[in-house]
Amino acid sequence: MTASTAKSAYWAGLRDGLPFVFIVVPFAVLFGVVAIDAGLSLAQTMGFTVLVIAGAAQFAAVQLMLDNAAIGLILLAALAVNLRMAMYSAALVPYLGAAPLWQRAVISYLNFDQNYMVAVAKYEEAPEMSVNDRVHYFAGVSSAIAPLWCISTLVGALLGTAIPEAWALDFVLPIAFLSMVAPMLRTVAHMAAAFVSIVVALALIGLPAGAGLLIAAVCAMFTGVLVESWLEGRAA
Amino acid sequence: MNYSSSEIWLIVAVLAIGTFLIRFSFLGLIGDRQMPPLVLRMLRYTPVAVLPGMVAPLVFWPAATGGEPDLVRILAAAAAVIVAYKSKKVVWGMGAGVVVFYGGLWLTGLL
Repeated sequence: MTASTAKSAYWAGLRDGLPFVFIVVPFAVLFGVVAIDAGLSLAQTMGFTVLVIAGAAQFAAVQLMLDNAAIGLILLAALAVNLRMAMYSAALVPYLGAAPLWQRAVISYLNFDQNYMVAVAKYEEAPEMSVNDRVHYFAGVSSAIAPLWCISTLVGALLGTAIPEAWALDFVLPIAFLSMVAPMLRTVAHMAAAFVSIVVALALIGLPAGAGLLIAAVCAMFTGVLVESWLEGRAA
Repeated sequence: MNYSSSEIWLIVAVLAIGTFLIRFSFLGLIGDRQMPPLVLRMLRYTPVAVLPGMVAPLVFWPAATGGEPDLVRILAAAAAVIVAYKSKKVVWGMGAGVVVFYGGLWLTGLL
């Protein structure tokens, strides 16, 4: 664990985070546009983006505010959308649990879908990395994404309603998430988990936002573990 | 939208604190303690367990079309999955999805 390996881990992270510019920029611009359009002030829009810093939950909150939902319901729904991040938090423990508390606090603040997935893929691929290098790698990925997220929201907010609806930016996020998941379908167990996740989430679409997804995710995780154990049993 | 400025700031503040606590939960509170093997094994499946379920309704019942299934979106999603799976590259999948999506929108606009 030297300063130079930490530095190169930071730059490797930054490099691996750069492709996400193409997701983060349109998505953040879109949030800026949607939030201003919904009637939030510039400060409130930026407050969401900088303090909450969780795209899907921000969109969910603004959507419910447009529907004039009760404040308690808005909070529950948006936090339910974010509950998946408790699983991300848990998944990082084996890799980053030994880091100093302040670093874990900063990483927690910055732990969203894209850099979580990039980082865990890297940690799995390079188990020899030191904890300090892992922290620097995470910081690198986040440096490529987080500042841009905030700046792009500001741009979107300033553009206001200038972006025509015909651009259909709504589908950029699903495309991005699907592209992230597909390369992870390495085994039958992973595919079975993804399949169960889709079927259960679609079946429970009537539940309040986020609740069906949580149930689907838990079912899918058990499916993955069961199929993996079953395949191991057959191989043995 | 019928909320006062302070109500909106309340929403922002509670979401900010709540989201941080969710993200800090395991990493901050559990720290370096060993986790049971079953938990570790389950966590390996978190991305493939969460994201497909999050995206599936957006693919089949997109809000932009009022919840009606849309062939262009379904084809774009399929292109992203197939190309990303075959190439093992996230960016290629995204490129394929975006090309099919905007190409499809353009074509349906022509028809």
